[in-house]
Amino acid sequence: MSSEINIIGESGLQFFGKISASISHEINNVLAIINENAGLLDDFTIMADKGMPLDPNRLKNVASKILVQIRRADEIVRNMNTFSHTIDQIKADLDLRETVEFVVTLAHRFASMRGITIKIKPPENIVTISTAAFFLENLIWLCLDFAMNVTGSAKTLSLIIGKTESGGRICFAGLEGLTSELADTFPSDRETALLGMLKAELTVSAEQKELILYLQAS
Amino acid sequence: MKILLVDDEEELVSALAERLGIRGIDAEWVVSGKEALLRVKDEKFDLAVLDVKLPKLGGRKLKKALQEKCPGMKYIFMTGHGSEDDFQAISNEVGEEYYLFKPVDIDDLIKKIKEALYSQ
Repeated sequence: MSSEINIIGESGLQFFGKISASISHEINNVLAIINENAGLLDDFTIMADKGMPLDPNRLKNVASKILVQIRRADEIVRNMNTFSHTIDQIKADLDLRETVEFVVTLAHRFASMRGITIKIKPPENIVTISTAAFFLENLIWLCLDFAMNVTGSAKTLSLIIGKTESGGRICFAGLEGLTSELADTFPSDRETALLGMLKAELTVSAEQKELILYLQAS
Repeated sequence: MKILLVDDEEELVSALAERLGIRGIDAEWVVSGKEALLRVKDEKFDLAVLDVKLPKLGGRKLKKALQEKCPGMKYIFMTGHGSEDDFQAISNEVGEEYYLFKPVDIDDLIKKIKEALYSQ
């Protein structure tokens, strides 16, 4: 049991680190865009001082680009803040759709780096799962990370959320590169420990090219 | 001199290219490795500024691909946050002085461009 707790702790730290690094990268990109566009405004004023005419539309265009990036940064920081606070509550009632969407938002840069498009098919009705938000997000992230590695040339991943008698399920479909050998490697110790903690189950099918995560309502 | 800027953040490379242009440096930009490889087919560039974390291809792989097509072209890398592995690998390939962190200072970038062109 103590080794499972250690594995879950390590996995959580890795997850937190990976997401934090990704978010800091995104914030840096936003700062870099603001830096260049603010620099461009500065260049225009220097040129105006030298007698070159200033085009108000050009100034407006650059200013609006800066405002877009400020809104982008605000959204990134709000997501980071939400993510950081998911660890506060040991148990919470979670809308499974919202949780999946949030993890996909956090994973956006990882998907983009790999050239992968993620599509979410929401459930017909709200699916509520009472559990520890951070660990559920970690488990979904691990499944998503594995799924993104086995999309093959299709590069499109579908996350289909549904309700079951005992709770909910997430089907990661479109795993064109999933072979029997790769299916045998998942879940690893990390996912197994989290599955045990969350009383969840996982099936991986190389034939169906999908993996399904089953979650208990509480 | 002619510079090719490659970064998936369009608003970054377009502004950077314009600022370099204001300073008399002919700079063009693309937002993917694929576009960069197409662009060098038709035009000759002296130096490429590459984003390390470029989607799909990645900055280092793009450099290798460009090297085959454009012998003699020089390289500078930019990154939002660099891993130790990236830093080591890129430092070995082009020198740590050509591994810049975003946001970059325009004057510093120009200095590095000139250094790279005349000493790399």
